[in-house]
Amino acid sequence: MTRGERLTRRHFLTAATAVTGGVGAVAAAVPFVSSFRPSARAQALGAPVEVDVSKLEPGAVLKVEWRGRPIYVVHRTEEMLGMLGRDADLLADPDSAESIQPGYARNDHRSVQPRFLVVEGVCTHLGCAPLPRFEVAPADLGADWGGGFYCPCHGSTFDLAGRVFAGVPAPTNLPVPPYRYVNDSTLLIGADAGIA
Amino acid sequence: MGGRVNRRFGALVAWIDARFPMTKLIREHATEYYAAKNFNFWYGFGVLATVVLVLQIVTGIFLTMNYKPSAEEAFASVEYIMRDVDWGWLIRYLHSTGASAFFIVVYLHMFRGFMYGSYKRPRELVWLIGMFIYLCLMAEAFFGYLLPWGNMSYWGAQVIVSLFGAVPVVGEGIAEWIRGDFYISDITLNRFFAFHVIAVPLILVILVVVHIMALHEVGSGNPDGIEIKEHKDASGKPLDGVAFHPYHTSKDLVIIIVFFIIFSAVVFFAPDMGGYFLEHANFEPANPLQTPEHIAPVWYFTPFYAILRAVPDKLFGVVLMGAAVLLPVFMPWLDRCRVKSVRYRSWVYKTALTIFAVSFLALGYLGLQPATGLYTTFSRIFSVLYFGFFILMPFYTSLEKTKPVPIRVTK
Amino acid sequence: MTGGHRRAQATAAAGAARRAAGRLAVLAVWMFAAAASAQHEAALDPAGNDVADTASLQRGAMYFVNYCLGCHSAQYVRYNRLAEDLELSEDLVVQNLMFTGEQPFDTMTNSMRPEDAIRWFGIAPPDLSLIARSRGTDYVYTFLQSFYAEPASPTGVDNLVLPNTAMPHVLWELQGINRAVFEVDEAHGGEEVFSRFEQLSAGQLDAREYDQVIRDIVNFLDYIGDPTQLAREALGVRVIAFLLVFLVIAWMLKKEIWKDVT
Repeated sequence: MTRGERLTRRHFLTAATAVTGGVGAVAAAVPFVSSFRPSARAQALGAPVEVDVSKLEPGAVLKVEWRGRPIYVVHRTEEMLGMLGRDADLLADPDSAESIQPGYARNDHRSVQPRFLVVEGVCTHLGCAPLPRFEVAPADLGADWGGGFYCPCHGSTFDLAGRVFAGVPAPTNLPVPPYRYVNDSTLLIGADAGIA
Repeated sequence: MGGRVNRRFGALVAWIDARFPMTKLIREHATEYYAAKNFNFWYGFGVLATVVLVLQIVTGIFLTMNYKPSAEEAFASVEYIMRDVDWGWLIRYLHSTGASAFFIVVYLHMFRGFMYGSYKRPRELVWLIGMFIYLCLMAEAFFGYLLPWGNMSYWGAQVIVSLFGAVPVVGEGIAEWIRGDFYISDITLNRFFAFHVIAVPLILVILVVVHIMALHEVGSGNPDGIEIKEHKDASGKPLDGVAFHPYHTSKDLVIIIVFFIIFSAVVFFAPDMGGYFLEHANFEPANPLQTPEHIAPVWYFTPFYAILRAVPDKLFGVVLMGAAVLLPVFMPWLDRCRVKSVRYRSWVYKTALTIFAVSFLALGYLGLQPATGLYTTFSRIFSVLYFGFFILMPFYTSLEKTKPVPIRVTK
Repeated sequence: MTGGHRRAQATAAAGAARRAAGRLAVLAVWMFAAAASAQHEAALDPAGNDVADTASLQRGAMYFVNYCLGCHSAQYVRYNRLAEDLELSEDLVVQNLMFTGEQPFDTMTNSMRPEDAIRWFGIAPPDLSLIARSRGTDYVYTFLQSFYAEPASPTGVDNLVLPNTAMPHVLWELQGINRAVFEVDEAHGGEEVFSRFEQLSAGQLDAREYDQVIRDIVNFLDYIGDPTQLAREALGVRVIAFLLVFLVIAWMLKKEIWKDVT
């Protein structure tokens, strides 16, 4: 064997060892990286939440917690639904094109049934919980306020479908979590499998 | 293009070297550190101990992310790791098997020292630091063993802490002070956790670095027990040495892979090793009202535990057990023979070393058995042999008729 | 003294030492064996279960839920994990294994409060998640085989493996009731020693069928003790195979590099 051949062989074996060792190291890292994923218990705790809406008065809001987030379930009255069309030209994303929601909630009322709105109470600006403010034209929000959500942190405002108004810090509408109707008066928040 | 990349890389190295002795360190400890070319099987356990240390630190960090150091939650949090955390079972089994593997490689590493005189001049300090590492390792294992909060954890800690009670007058006070309570409790668990995850490992890592620095200062030994630095070529390289990198690194890689094959066999096919690595009674939560039927420490402590039980007096038993652990510290001064390697020493030392090894293994076995009848008799016989090996060493080693030691290393 | 003579002497001495050591070793082994056999424990029968037998695990889960879960929890075991590992659909598990309105991700607990249990049985029934690991499968298997009629006991039965057990013979309808026959053993100083079981009343199952039921339960307990064991062994084969390939490459590299060393 010439000196050149020896060197080639050595380079090849060095590279082969390095590559195999690298593959082994990456494979060995997989369990450690994966152990950071939500555990079976976290998934159990983050499981879908059942909400009984039969006793939710028209015009009232119910707050439930799902995966550590406040979820607002609003029983909208006919008047409140009527308000949705009024300010459409003042909204930043009226068609919810830039916002997060399941396909079945990407409509004018951003819900499965118009009556019940389900949104995450997490402001898309910096994660504060916006306050439900359903009264019309209160003193602090001005005569144009037709009801919606108001974020106390930086003043972002959302309408009664959780759609953000233009000119506030929040960039997009309040997210709608996955949910479905178990029956007419029971919602399952966090699961949408098998939706009819 | 390759030239430009190389130039860039060279500039970066120069920039670092002007601020940190990177190249110098690599030279001193790898590419220009010469170690004998005739290392045998026994010289692989040092690097393996380092590998296991790293493994234990990495898996340990990931375990602390899900473990809860409280009496209320500890046991359940271990089962949470084993069942609910993705891959948690693997991380836990790696750590529990790693604990036993650590002692196996360290005991073999130490036995290498006994065979080839690694404790002898000029390596006395390397040996002493190594013994400190061993003591730290024992403390680390003891603290860690309480953490799963199984019934064996609980009673093991109970027995070992009670040993301090043997000290006259202040003993009970010391035991209480260590526990921070009147029994092994949540408070004890919490402080053992602190020792296990940060205090002891920190000292352990520092000592390992010091151990290697001291070794590289005097140079590694070899199975022939001669100093390779005494025969150098014209450029000052030891004639019988080869550079640590790439020669020993390529060899160590093979050793490490072989180790991991054996290690994986245990982790994946017998993680509890028939109750020796993970004890059956430890799958029951700690129960202060019920001692497990067969109580024994984990296998790596049983040689010393057998000595403790062989002595009918509590205080004397504790003293002898402590002496048994500490006696190897004095090897550099107990051994009067000038020849390092067992290859060139007389049958006297070979026999003594064999008796020592057999006694250590026998005591390890006896420590796992109940302390009754014949077992106790045998524990006493092997304890005497164990101590005889050290105490009589100055006499039998000074009378040794040794064989001529070669000038250069043999194959 | 000549060199040869000295060497011969040393060899003889070493030989003597080796022979003595050999004799000592034989003696030691013999005495250990004697000591070990002196301490006799209740002999356990091998469980002979197989956690790879999914059908057996499915039956075992069913028996466990019907006969054990009323008193014993398996608080670390989640139903949905069970469904996945036992190759059952979640719906099937909900319908067949979950009776008290739990969710699939819940763990296998029961509604018996420990303080009630202590009042009823004198002891809280232990959680069984890890029983196969703490006591061993053979122990559980033999335990479930070893109930016998004991009129003096509050439950009407006792158990050979765990004398004075507070546990009633939950499976008596299946096994029937046995009587334990004790005989005086002259070799053990006239002590009464268990000899055999005799059936007092027959159960719904014959001995072989009952044995299979017990084995299925033990199998299930073995599985929940370490639910990853099958996946672990399968992964182990792949890890070791990879390491063997790596070993060959690293060995070739080592040989290549060490060619320089004479």
